[in-house]
Amino acid sequence: MTPALEILSLYKTYQNGVTALHGIDLQVAEGDFFALLGPNGAGKSTVIGIISSLVNKTSGTVRIFGVDIKNDFPRAKSFIGVVPQEFNFNVFETPWQILLNQAGYYGIPRGLARQRAEKYLSQMGLWDKRDSQARDLSGGMKRRLMIARSLVHQPRLLILDEPTAGVDIEIRRSMWDFLRKINREGTTIILTTHYLEEAESLCRNIAILDEGHLIENTSMRLLLRKVHMETFVLDLEQPLAQLPPGLSIKAQLLDEYTLEVEIIKDQNLNDLYQQLAREDIRVRSMRNKANRLEQLFVHLVGQNNNSERAA
Amino acid sequence: MNAREQLITFITIVIKEFTRFTRIWQQTLLPPVITTSLYFIIFGNLIGPRIGQMDGFNYIDFIVPGLILMSVITNSYSNVVTSFFGAKFQRSLEEMLVSPTPNYVILLGYITGGVARGIIVGLIVTIVSLLFSDLRIHSVGVLISIVVLTAVLFSLGGFTNGVFARSFDDVSIVPTFILTPLTYLGGIFYSIHLLPDFWQGVSLGNPILYMINAFRFGFLGISDISLWLSYLIIGIFILVLFAINLHFLSRGHGIRH
Ligand SMILES: Nc1ncnc2c1ncn2[C@@H]1O[C@H](COP(=O)(O)OP(=O)(O)OP(=O)(O)O)[C@@H](O)[C@H]1O
Ligand SMILES: [Mg+2]
Repeated sequence: MTPALEILSLYKTYQNGVTALHGIDLQVAEGDFFALLGPNGAGKSTVIGIISSLVNKTSGTVRIFGVDIKNDFPRAKSFIGVVPQEFNFNVFETPWQILLNQAGYYGIPRGLARQRAEKYLSQMGLWDKRDSQARDLSGGMKRRLMIARSLVHQPRLLILDEPTAGVDIEIRRSMWDFLRKINREGTTIILTTHYLEEAESLCRNIAILDEGHLIENTSMRLLLRKVHMETFVLDLEQPLAQLPPGLSIKAQLLDEYTLEVEIIKDQNLNDLYQQLAREDIRVRSMRNKANRLEQLFVHLVGQNNNSERAA
Repeated sequence: MNAREQLITFITIVIKEFTRFTRIWQQTLLPPVITTSLYFIIFGNLIGPRIGQMDGFNYIDFIVPGLILMSVITNSYSNVVTSFFGAKFQRSLEEMLVSPTPNYVILLGYITGGVARGIIVGLIVTIVSLLFSDLRIHSVGVLISIVVLTAVLFSLGGFTNGVFARSFDDVSIVPTFILTPLTYLGGIFYSIHLLPDFWQGVSLGNPILYMINAFRFGFLGISDISLWLSYLIIGIFILVLFAINLHFLSRGHGIRH
């Protein structure tokens, strides 16, 4: 099946010399619910900007449902709906006008546009506000307005750049429910977020971007397992030629004096030592191996906790 | 997008533009009426009789065509530059940019919006001028074609300005320092035959002179210069500006990173 989104060695260097993307490869299958996670400045919005034509790529290939943006960008664009990170509607227009205009830009006739506008404004809880100027909406309403707007042409691929930023918990949950529903109905969704919790509760697959590099691209399940594992490096007193077959923990010999073991976080270490002692392996010292992913997670999770507390 | 979808998009942009300038009519439609009424009163009624005739016509009748066209010029221009720059500034332009809308449809939509405001203001000013002068019409065809072409030209100019503008200051620089002087020196208030030879020659380098004279010909049947030269010059400007705008739009100048 043609993937909904296919990105091959995508590079972006902005005019000011900042390289935001250092060769990204990414695939999102049709029907997927995909998270793009990463700290501030990782390059998430840059990826979305390139997909939606607001940012010109430096090099690389982007295909949307098989259509290369280099060959037929208008067609590729007709498949996607974008909810940008920052508000980008005319604040003097009303939600009703904004949705009708949006439909018009996609060539949808007025009659149908009215039906859709009514449908999506109602679903986003904005029907009562349809004739207020957009600047009079609250922050959360503005975000929902952008979601309604992105749906009016019924895109096959919906891309949301931090849709829940500044939205209270209750509305956030109802937005999640809504996104799950349209995903079930067949819309492929890509969502960027700082919140691991959000990605965890919504997404099946996840990519992690950090400083313009893709450092992880896997299923949510595997990622969580990985995150819950801890790696220790053990310096041994005597050389070890090969791993004893009796060890029931995941271990790997880096060299004859260095053993790397992986255990589930929070697991009791006594079991590890008992096993090692049984095999007559004596440990001189032990250190925790920090990897980039873990550091990032500590960072993201920390951020998440702070914001949850704030909210 | 097929032709039908493009037409829908075009109409959408035109409606959006029309809605914008009618919503803020106090800023868009009212001021030109007040300004030109003052011109009519001061130059036409108060000073005009002392000036006497210009090229065989009452002074007020001589200046009315130029004043109408001046309001068309400034309104077409400022409608497009303000609206386009505003959309860029507020980032609502992104709505169009991320959609499949072709660039030329965006351009045509904004231009039509500017032409609409220019012509509506022109019509209102014309109606007001009837209170002060008795306008006769020499050639309806010339009037309509010149007013539409001029509005198109200055809408295109406003678009170029909007593409390059980075701040609200950039929006007012061109109208203040280029457009207004050229308009005033474009023979609204005098026939260039009154000028010394040197300044007559300089005036001929001012494109607005050709438009005002052609427009005046439509009312009075007199012109300092050849009508066809006017059409040619306006036509060339339109083509060049259209190409420039399309070029910078497709390069994403100032709108795509
Ligand atoms: N228009 C621009 N011009 C120059 N540099 C830019 C531009 N936009 C982004 N950058 C830089 O590119 C890098 C990636 O930014 P980007 O906005 O893609 O990050 P992000 O992952 O979306 O971050 P956040 O979570 O804060 O939204 C940053 O270093 C940023 O400063
Ligand atoms: Mg971002």
